[in-house]
Amino acid sequence: MSEAAISESNSTLVDDWSADKQAYHVPWGKAMMWIFLVSDTFIFTCFLTSYLHVRLTTTEPWPLQSEIFALSFGGDPIPLILIAIMTFILITSSGTMALAVNFGYRKDKVKTFWFMVATAAFGASFVGMQAFEWSKLILEEGVRPWSNPFGAPQFGSIFFMITGFHGLHVTAGVIYLLTVAFKVKKGHYDKKGYEIVEIAGLYWHFVDLVWVFIFAFFYLL
Amino acid sequence: MSAEAGQQHPLGIYYKIWILLFVLSSFSYAVDFFEVQGGMRWALVLLFMALKAGFIVAIFMHVVWERMALVLTILGPPLVLLLLIGLMSVEGFYISGTRVQYMGQDPNQVALTPSDLHGGGHGEEEEHAEEEAH
Repeated sequence: MSEAAISESNSTLVDDWSADKQAYHVPWGKAMMWIFLVSDTFIFTCFLTSYLHVRLTTTEPWPLQSEIFALSFGGDPIPLILIAIMTFILITSSGTMALAVNFGYRKDKVKTFWFMVATAAFGASFVGMQAFEWSKLILEEGVRPWSNPFGAPQFGSIFFMITGFHGLHVTAGVIYLLTVAFKVKKGHYDKKGYEIVEIAGLYWHFVDLVWVFIFAFFYLL
Repeated sequence: MSAEAGQQHPLGIYYKIWILLFVLSSFSYAVDFFEVQGGMRWALVLLFMALKAGFIVAIFMHVVWERMALVLTILGPPLVLLLLIGLMSVEGFYISGTRVQYMGQDPNQVALTPSDLHGGGHGEEEEHAEEEAH
């Protein structure tokens, strides 16, 4: 950033907070969504930090995720393959959501609708794969929130808590996106403007963002 | 860029970031697939994670185009969390360190894997023999 740009952004910062007026120059709903997302960041970070602490301090060794989440398609098990597919699905859905936001601002109702429906469909398939992963772990491997056959019993509670809470967010997101998509199609936002699509998009990108951290800390490290 | 115009940007940048996220995710997965271990694993996984998170927040969530007042509201408070993470890791390393030093815990113990438990074909026979012995 050039010096002029920095001093410009500093002066807008001072302007926005110093006068007796609106501080955030964004639609009300967008500011509220951001505040919700910041608070959600705190919740997920608390979960991941409790995972960090529990993993450092268990007396038993931590189970090897790479082997537990391996999946075999007829041949030798491929490590973490399902998780990798889930990651790619979520990134794909983030891309379709970004396009939906863009077409929303262009007032292209048909494209916005279909990109949002595609995003919701990717989200739903993500939740489906998570359900498959959970049932495999519970039924075949015998992982429980209080015990598992591999090592540290906390593995189960951390896994179910973090992925469960994330899956709940994805499920809620799918419902939210479909609701907004059908309202877009009906023309609810023709007069109000299409900020709502961007607000729903913020929520969806946040769900993808949280998965980036879960993928790194819980599955890879 | 006034707030009334909304966050409208050329489509090209979204496609580029989209592809970049795919590439970075593939790199993360490759770290596990090629079994990179130790400090290198941590460095690579954290690097790819930070880049992915940064691009999602900056471009897909439009933070790079927002006004400074909103940017600081979004990115400022979570910085406190770094303190929490730092304190908890210091505490955690201290606890596990004292266990190893004073209580004889083996720092290099390895957990069981599904193949240890289910084994190949002969695993079942062993279990069966054990049952008969009872």
